Amino acid sequence: MATQHSRSAARLMMAPAVILLLGWMLVPLVMTLWFSFRRYLPLRGGDQGFVWFENYARFVTSSSFWPSVLTTLTIVGGVLVITVALGVLLSMLLDQPMWGQGVVRILVIAPFFVMPTVSALVWKNMFMDPVNGLFAHLWRAFGADPIVWLSDLPTFSIILIVSWQWLPFATLILLTAIQSLDSEQLEAAEMDGAPPLKRFWFIILPHLSRAITIVILIQTIFLLSIFAEIFVTTGGAFGTRTLTYLIYQRVLESQNVGLGSAGGVYAIILANIVALFLMRIVGKNLDS
Amino acid sequence: MARAVTPRRKAINTALAWTVGILIFFPILWTILTSFKTEAEAIASPPSFLFFDWTLENYGVVQERSNYMRFLWNSVIIAGGSTLLGVLIAVPAAWSMAFVPSKRTKDILLWMLSTKMLPAVGVLYPIYLLFIRLGLLDTRIGLVIVLMLINLPIIVWMLYTYFKEIPGEILEAARMDGASLRSEILYVLTPMAVPGIASTILLNFILAWNEAFWTLNLTAAGAAPLTAFIASYSSPEGLFYAKLSAASTMAIAPILILGWFSQKQLVRGLTFGAVK
Repeated sequence: MATQHSRSAARLMMAPAVILLLGWMLVPLVMTLWFSFRRYLPLRGGDQGFVWFENYARFVTSSSFWPSVLTTLTIVGGVLVITVALGVLLSMLLDQPMWGQGVVRILVIAPFFVMPTVSALVWKNMFMDPVNGLFAHLWRAFGADPIVWLSDLPTFSIILIVSWQWLPFATLILLTAIQSLDSEQLEAAEMDGAPPLKRFWFIILPHLSRAITIVILIQTIFLLSIFAEIFVTTGGAFGTRTLTYLIYQRVLESQNVGLGSAGGVYAIILANIVALFLMRIVGKNLDS
Repeated sequence: MARAVTPRRKAINTALAWTVGILIFFPILWTILTSFKTEAEAIASPPSFLFFDWTLENYGVVQERSNYMRFLWNSVIIAGGSTLLGVLIAVPAAWSMAFVPSKRTKDILLWMLSTKMLPAVGVLYPIYLLFIRLGLLDTRIGLVIVLMLINLPIIVWMLYTYFKEIPGEILEAARMDGASLRSEILYVLTPMAVPGIASTILLNFILAWNEAFWTLNLTAAGAAPLTAFIASYSSPEGLFYAKLSAASTMAIAPILILGWFSQKQLVRGLTFGAVK
């Protein structure tokens, strides 16, 4: 039905978006690749020529590399486990008949709309502060010594903050998926005498598996690059330096652009591996 | 989905769900409450929940000392500007992909999405350098451009999924009646597309408002939006709970309200149509 005329018009309409995104992707990417092969210290001698793969080797052999990988995996994994597990439970609860469902939904979703710097600061000061934080008051009320959250349990504290931010997202998506479940199927299983746990395991969970996969993939992409939550709470201290944060420090704090860029290339490769799986699912959905 | 349940079961559900809901919402509630306390009451032990002398003083002090309005204005300009610019560029693109699809449409859509997956930190220095060279560092226009570009894939995708739902027959009928491409867009499509465009604008405004990587790294005093303003409270000298709470409340209140309107679009916008 599309004529030659409308075809070329369509191409013209697409052009601005395509060209802009192409530029946005290629220009910085090529620059990062270029810097990653060079010894480049803007404040200490500037650009000192090609060193080829030396930065790549130095980045992975530096003593902070593997700890940062471990921290990244712990934070991403921890947040995923918490948000998916609680998200499944919460979405099932929210799907039940109750009074004031709309209001509860709003309460549960709210943390997603809080800007990262606010949630990090509010948790850091008003909840996790060892003297004046609410947790400290709570601990003292039970006669326990308050925990110095951000230096004693730094990674866990960050997982807690980030999970609070992302639980609404997981819940909302899983709720959308659960609402598309055919309730007759569940009722039939109930009448046949299937106990609740079996109904959950054999009907609800398989139905949710696709939504869970999508939640995991999308959250992983975003979680791999969390920044503000660490920037405001620990500043990367106490073993909370993720790969993203390490690269940020190399580039902007110690101004070793070559080394940081090599790290950036690693981060891009890592994110692309995750993205590949996500794209496959999204792409399949486009066909149907 | 109204299933028949006993009133007792419904009461239990309600109690459980409200408890969980309030627990999750509590940090926000606590921030709002603390913003109305005096600094002394904010750190009182044991903390008072509702029975304190309510005061509006903190809100005045935050504005007076830090010129809060300037940061708010930066946030509005940056989030609003990047969203509007993004929509202007994305509408024609999404329109053509939805109504004049070609063999490559799917590939282009997926490729656009893949640019969104590029970790920001991987291109931090190039962007930083380009910003210095182009004189864009710490300017609102610079952030408008960057945030527009990082959200453009989401905007295109959301619009595409909305446009896709407009039945093609309507277009054909209009064409049969001799409507030109221009009047087709203006009188047939636009009215049907307005709700989708509105939700896209809403969600992307929220995303841009809360963006906290580029806004922290590419601004100093001049163009800093609320994300950076709040981050400045993390230094020890800024540790005043009541004022921090007042500043936080003002920074999140508009978005909380907008967010509640956009909860349905959130799923569509952030899962790229993969969950409906």
